[in-house]
Amino acid sequence: MKRRRPALIAGAVAVLAAGVTWAAVGGEPRVSATEQRIPVVDGPKNDQHITLDTTFFKPVHTGRAPAVLLAHGFGGTKDDTRADAERLARHGYAVLTWSARGFGQSGGDITLDSPDYDVKDVRQLVDWLARRPEVRLDGPGDPRVGIAGQSYGGAISLMAAAYDRRIDAIAPQITWYDLADSLFPDATGKGAANGVFKKMWAGIFFTSGASSTACGRFLPSLCAMYQKVAETGQPTPNAIATLRRSSPSSVAGRIHVPTLLVQGQADSLFPLDQADGNARAIAGAPVKVVWFQGGHDGGDPESSRVRGLVTGWFDRYLKGGPPAPGGFTVTRAGGVDSSTQRVTVNAASAARYPGLSGTTRRTIPLTGDEQTIQNPAGGSPASISALPGLGALSGLSGFGTGGTDVDMPGQSARFDSEPLSAPVQLTGAARVRIRVRGPGVAGRGQGGENQPTLFAKVYDVGPGGQATPARRLAAPLHVNGTADVALPAMDYRFDQGHRIRLVLSTTDMGFASPARPASYRVSVDSPLTVPADPALRTPPTPLPWWVWGFPMIAVLAAIVIVATARSRRARGGDPANPATPLEISGLTKRYKNGHLAVDDLSFRVERGKVCGLLGPNGAGKTTTLRMLMGLIHPDSGEIRIFGEPVRPGAAVLSRLGSFVEGPGFLPHLSGRDNLELYWKAAGRGEAHMEDALKIAGLGDAVRRPVRTYSQGMRQRLAIAQAMLGLPDLLVLDEPTNGLDPPQIAEMREVLVRYAAEGRTVIISSHLLAEVEQTCTEVVVMHRGRLVAAGPVSEIAGHDGSVVIGTAEVDHALGVLKALAGIDGAEPYAPGVLVRINGSAPATVVASLVAAGVPVDRVTPHRRLEDAFLALIGEES
Amino acid sequence: MSERPSYNPRKTLPLRVEAVRQLRRHRTWIAFAVLLLLPWVLAGAFKIGGSPSGNDANTPGLVTVATAGALNFTAFTLFVSAGFLLVVAVALFCGDTVASEAGWASLRYLLAAPVPRTRLLRQKLIVAMSFAALAVVSVPAMAMITGIYVFGWARLRLPAGDTTLPNGTALTRMLIIVGYALVSQLVVAALAFLLSVTTDSPLGAVGGAVGLVILSNIIDAVTALGHWREFLPTHWLFAWTDALQPQLVWTGMIKGSALSASYAVVLLALAVRRFRTKDVVS
Repeated sequence: MKRRRPALIAGAVAVLAAGVTWAAVGGEPRVSATEQRIPVVDGPKNDQHITLDTTFFKPVHTGRAPAVLLAHGFGGTKDDTRADAERLARHGYAVLTWSARGFGQSGGDITLDSPDYDVKDVRQLVDWLARRPEVRLDGPGDPRVGIAGQSYGGAISLMAAAYDRRIDAIAPQITWYDLADSLFPDATGKGAANGVFKKMWAGIFFTSGASSTACGRFLPSLCAMYQKVAETGQPTPNAIATLRRSSPSSVAGRIHVPTLLVQGQADSLFPLDQADGNARAIAGAPVKVVWFQGGHDGGDPESSRVRGLVTGWFDRYLKGGPPAPGGFTVTRAGGVDSSTQRVTVNAASAARYPGLSGTTRRTIPLTGDEQTIQNPAGGSPASISALPGLGALSGLSGFGTGGTDVDMPGQSARFDSEPLSAPVQLTGAARVRIRVRGPGVAGRGQGGENQPTLFAKVYDVGPGGQATPARRLAAPLHVNGTADVALPAMDYRFDQGHRIRLVLSTTDMGFASPARPASYRVSVDSPLTVPADPALRTPPTPLPWWVWGFPMIAVLAAIVIVATARSRRARGGDPANPATPLEISGLTKRYKNGHLAVDDLSFRVERGKVCGLLGPNGAGKTTTLRMLMGLIHPDSGEIRIFGEPVRPGAAVLSRLGSFVEGPGFLPHLSGRDNLELYWKAAGRGEAHMEDALKIAGLGDAVRRPVRTYSQGMRQRLAIAQAMLGLPDLLVLDEPTNGLDPPQIAEMREVLVRYAAEGRTVIISSHLLAEVEQTCTEVVVMHRGRLVAAGPVSEIAGHDGSVVIGTAEVDHALGVLKALAGIDGAEPYAPGVLVRINGSAPATVVASLVAAGVPVDRVTPHRRLEDAFLALIGEES
Repeated sequence: MSERPSYNPRKTLPLRVEAVRQLRRHRTWIAFAVLLLLPWVLAGAFKIGGSPSGNDANTPGLVTVATAGALNFTAFTLFVSAGFLLVVAVALFCGDTVASEAGWASLRYLLAAPVPRTRLLRQKLIVAMSFAALAVVSVPAMAMITGIYVFGWARLRLPAGDTTLPNGTALTRMLIIVGYALVSQLVVAALAFLLSVTTDSPLGAVGGAVGLVILSNIIDAVTALGHWREFLPTHWLFAWTDALQPQLVWTGMIKGSALSASYAVVLLALAVRRFRTKDVVS
């Protein structure tokens, strides 16, 4: 396993690296693009020759393919749509992008998508497409073609579709239905002539081309028209007519191709009512309306969703692909994704677009008395709803990040609903009837009609009184008397307990308002009519596959990980005698560092014996005992206890009591608690706790935490733990370490007695004396190998030599030399060692005494030390 | 002398015994003391420093409404503790459990008792996870008590917008939050447990798990990784804040739970494999 893990990690890294590389290189085919200037003729009299700067993207991997014209937004060039063009080309479309006249490298002036200019240009681009060999034809000179574009490019899509029957599908986005109504909106429905000048947006629109001249590349007549209108803040009939001519409203009912209308909910330039107008302008063809989070004010562009919608629309109506589901889609902010801190957006869809008055309407009473509001002199300071460049604010509206005080004091009237008893979803334009009474002096600055100018807005008021704009949109209106007001169209959810607030203010920074000071009295005449479309359904956000996949993979992986663990099960072997406490055969263990700790070790220990496992440090004693306890796995060979092979957790280990390589206690528990909890953990029968504690001999110390114990106390406690339950086989590793001599003697006695009751004791030691004095059997190990095994008396037994204690060693040696029946003699503390061969010790002693050598004592020479050294000495 | 003592592997290391062994440790008491003290320290800080105001745009939403009431204070306490303190507590209980036994050398006597290895892991894991879960739950529980005592009971004010939730809904949301906090810490627990069976040093196991969590957080901050970050074990650690939005958003919590559980299952399997085959030499 150790060795396999790096391989696993390396494999994972390789897979990851491959994935990243694939993503970075992106296995996407290259798109072949050619740039060309296409000459066109336009103008009211078809006498203006200009060239358009275009790029043609060949479809990838197809023969003749449907074509898509991609139009750019106001102030842009053909390069803005390059990425989209390449994407569509890879998707199997021939794509032509162009810079509209007056923009980029194309010639001519800006004509605001005029039928006399821009529309004629597009017709000739369609002609050009019809001649391309890559483009599929519906008939001679009639290519299969769609147009898509945003804003300025969206309007040309609609206009071109009305004027050129060869166009098969369009996908205009965030664009206008009526440019006059967009720049001079009037919420009372009386049209642009009664409208309020949207001065901020109009200014940006018309002056963005200004350079050395005020008009820049604008068609001079358009520029003059704007300058006049902007100066007075009031539309002229001529201006309205000119703007209308550049609007799909002028061709309403003449557009007969499938149309995808994508309009922004954060758009104060072309609000949702413009898409509503376009939807009604299309006759006899499928229409899908999408309200997304973006728009001219910013907001979440939802780029990938919009791209997918446009592609899906063309796939359906240019390639005959699967139908695009639903006629109406609204994207709604679903909350903040806590992991990205970004707003999650869900799409709600219905089969049919209901228009701005919804499929159902409910009325919600508004309370509030008649209020007097002031129009400040010069129209300043002005309230703020939406402003170009305030996109970030509008994008976050509804999440309490407001805080900009948008209504100036004294300039606005407020009418609140009661706290809502249930959430209210508003989809469309809410309506309310208001009454405005002015002193009759105020009017439109320099304008003629003496009508107050007001801005109607919808706020969401939380239970704590904090008001936030539902959307940063204002519906401007001119009214004196009563009027039905269409509030800004939006999709918004008012939560339970919140109030809906209608705000009528006298100023708005985005619009022109009267310079003359005035005060109005305003009141509401009707409850608020709130449209909704209950058919809108939000399909649950599909969870990525891995939400279910990962847990399943993980469980499978876990099963594999656990099941493929190398089996350590000892192999069968002969049925062994269950009466033999310990039998070791062929035991070998090599540690991971290569050290061969135990090498083909075999021995057995019989019942009732005290067996010593003797060897110098590093002989492999402890490794053997660890294998005996099932702590480490032998490489080969086996250990049997009472006939059963030992493996980790083998039940037979319950008949084994062990103390190996020092004590192991929980330092925070007392000695007694340690033993008791250990015994409870052991899952065995009777503990004989008091006997064990007596052996430990700790006295009152058993109640102290083990961490306060001396080494010897822990040692004794550990031996006591090993004896708990009086196991049939007791294994002790260096048991007398740290004990003082009386304790050693006592311990020896305890062990001998323990074995005498028919149990078996194994003591490992490097101390010869200990083994000799305690054990009946001995196993001698050296360098992992068995050196000798047998009864102590045999291994260390009488070899016929005696040690004769004497002070006169030389004298004794001299005498002994002459004696017969002796192999030799040598000095050996405390006298001489005599190897007797044939003679008797008594004879030898008698001879010595007779020769006058004083003999203190005679002992048989059976010191294990010599035997031990002899046994292991050969190898060292 | 019976031929076979009444040994039953299913009676080895009972949960109660293991719980007592862990419960008597100072470490356990100190950890719980710190966790239970935290809400009081936070409440004291608010009392001394005054309630936070919402004027600073950089103040996270949960902070500005922290003192609105007991429920808000509880949510805030979780918010400040989930990222590190709870991770440390969970890593402590799950990382220390086997490694400390190895360190004390008591592990070998348990194994030779014999407690079967898989059973030992299972019992230790159950007890460690229970302690960890208790730790995770104790923080919001104490925060609720502290909150009622210091700030009083009030409806849960949501950080976004000026919205409060009815008490029933708010309590349900709190249970969801605590439940998710538990699930999201599974990966930390499993990681610490794997390290615990791998090393003999409790400090190494706990520190290693906390360190890997910090590393994951650092990688998570590298936004250039894009959606790959979604697969980092700590990426969804705060997904429970989705339950503090006017409309409960489940997506993040579902993703986070799936990921946390998946990692945990694999890490625990590795721990079992490792422990079953390893040579215990400590």
